Amino acid sequence: MSAAQIRLSHICKFFSLGEVEVRALDDLSLEIDRGEFVAIMGSSGSGKSTMMNILGCLDTPTSGGYHFDGIAVETLNRRQLADLRNTKIGFVFQGFNLLPRTTALENVGLPLLYDRHRAVADPQARSIEALQRVGLGDRLDHEPNQLSGGQQQRVAIARALVTDPPIILADEPTGNLDSHTTLEVMALFQELNREGLTLVVVTHETEVAEYAGRLIELRDGMLLRDEVNPQPRDAQADLLELQTEKSDALA
Amino acid sequence: MRWHKLILVALKSIARNKMRSLLTMLGIIIGVASVITMVALGEGSQADIEGQVASLGTNLLMVRPGSVSSGGVSGGAGSRPSLTMDDVARLEKYATQLRWVSAEIRASGQVIAGSNNWSTTIKGVAPNYLSIRNYEMENGSFFTARESKMRAKVAVLGKTVADELFPDQDPVGARLRIRNVPFKVIGVMAEKGQSAMGNDQDDIIFAPDNTVLYRLSNGKTIHDISASAISSETMDAAKEELTALLRSEHRLAATAEDDFVIRDQTEIVAIATRVTGTLTLLLSSIAGVSLLVGGIGIMNIMLVSVTERTREIGIRLAVGARPLDVLAQFLIEAAILSLLGGLIGILSGLSAAWGVGKLLGVSAVVNPTVVLITVLFTGAVGVFFGFYPARKAANLNPIDALRYE
Ligand SMILES: Nc1ncnc2c1ncn2[C@@H]1O[C@H](COP(=O)(O)OP(=O)(O)O)[C@@H](O)[C@H]1O
Ligand SMILES: [Mg+2]
Repeated sequence: MSAAQIRLSHICKFFSLGEVEVRALDDLSLEIDRGEFVAIMGSSGSGKSTMMNILGCLDTPTSGGYHFDGIAVETLNRRQLADLRNTKIGFVFQGFNLLPRTTALENVGLPLLYDRHRAVADPQARSIEALQRVGLGDRLDHEPNQLSGGQQQRVAIARALVTDPPIILADEPTGNLDSHTTLEVMALFQELNREGLTLVVVTHETEVAEYAGRLIELRDGMLLRDEVNPQPRDAQADLLELQTEKSDALA
Repeated sequence: MRWHKLILVALKSIARNKMRSLLTMLGIIIGVASVITMVALGEGSQADIEGQVASLGTNLLMVRPGSVSSGGVSGGAGSRPSLTMDDVARLEKYATQLRWVSAEIRASGQVIAGSNNWSTTIKGVAPNYLSIRNYEMENGSFFTARESKMRAKVAVLGKTVADELFPDQDPVGARLRIRNVPFKVIGVMAEKGQSAMGNDQDDIIFAPDNTVLYRLSNGKTIHDISASAISSETMDAAKEELTALLRSEHRLAATAEDDFVIRDQTEIVAIATRVTGTLTLLLSSIAGVSLLVGGIGIMNIMLVSVTERTREIGIRLAVGARPLDVLAQFLIEAAILSLLGGLIGILSGLSAAWGVGKLLGVSAVVNPTVVLITVLFTGAVGVFFGFYPARKAANLNPIDALRYE
């Protein structure tokens, strides 16, 4: 057994729509090690979200095996799966999935509500810290409909961070962000990655993928490309450059 | 997840969706309130009627002229004046099973006192009528046997008559004219209130039997005879004796039917119980129907609410809520809503019962068992219909719950 944090072997996920069978994932095998920063690319409908949902233990494959930290996920019951999602995985949804009419602080604190082992001593302080990390320290009491798309995306990221999981799965986390905020989020991801977190980020923008250390491309639910990015760009440096450009333009 | 946090989450969710919470509770409120109102009024009127029957008198026997059929043609009740003062005299003289006997002669007419006048019923009775009927005096005294014999022109007023004719004066000792015959007021009766049939029992004047018979009536016909048996155990013996004495006084042949009817309390109680029984049954079925409708209301809103919140359930599951956490949340939410609705329902039911009781002149009796059963039932309905769809949602794949539309 390798040290891989994530191991997909011959994963298939089929959806049957009446007569037609959609093969969202078709015999996909893949390993991701601890501490990797992986970008997942592929055209729309290539199976990226389907794969992420299986990785996040939100959905089950039609066939194939999935090992997380050496544990065969299909042997876990619903309760154990819930605990795994709660403590080991931070998930950022493509459509945010925040609770409506609920403040940013409460949304971010939601996973800690189900923290059975009381690993976090002060959930409130931890939630504020997570929001500050995504630059929303001044929006604690805002509800989703009072926040912009980018801000909602960052609340969703803070919610994924709050339990301090060893891996973060993000499905198009920068899809709704402007270039500046995108850089900020990528800088945050790189920082987390340097701290040892594993990151799997779906994106359809090549520029965004350049910040990752490994690039995987899917097509029709199959692996099209899987290569190492020898020299990932440094988001922090690009951010500084963008800022100086801006101030130059102003001057 | 800790219990106090679950309760907090439930309370927040209730507060966050005030309209939905109110709609959910509305079913419970209406159900509980209507059951409590109906049952309180039903039991209240039952108690009222029982009280009134008991106050009719002690071991009361009432004799009325009966129907006389000649040649198969019934003349109907009271078609012949079959009761006279001779009957009363005979009963007084020979009856051993009767403690008191009184004739009742009714007349009606205009009563004038000073500048006030009032139309009412004048009832001629024996001095012992007070004892037979358990009546009480408020003021002055009832008339004596001597006043009865002398056909004295003395009157005892019911409360309503006293208030109408003597609004700001003590009536005792005052004078009035009944159908132009001058009378002296010697007493006022204690208030009796409305009868079960809604009549004002205080709109009446009592005068000695002979006075009414000879001065206000035809000197012959009496309407009823009221009598008191010696004890409740000897009611049947008293009834038999009464029948025998009246038959012999009326010289009825052995084959002839009675030309009078005797009714006793047990019959009156039976009739009253039948009436209130029907009433209670009717009210209970209305209450049952409204509880059912309330239950269906709760069911609808809970189903809609949980379905509408499938995404919320999905989000909670996705961030690590166990299916049991989700269930507990909905259970607690439904329980809090039910309790709150039940509480509001009890309060509004009690005030409605009180208000309607006041309006109809019925007392409202609250039965704690009924309150408890109603609240438990509605609560159970609310929890059940919240629990069932919540369980369904909690058992979904998180991604299916999130995708639910
Ligand atoms: N719940 C579903 N039911 C039916 N088909 C689905 C469902 N989810 C995804 N699909 C199909 O599976 C394929 C892959 O979808 P998805 O993983 O969302 O693609 P991506 O995220 O790469 O755009 C698409 O053809 C999509 O229509
Ligand atoms: Mg997608």
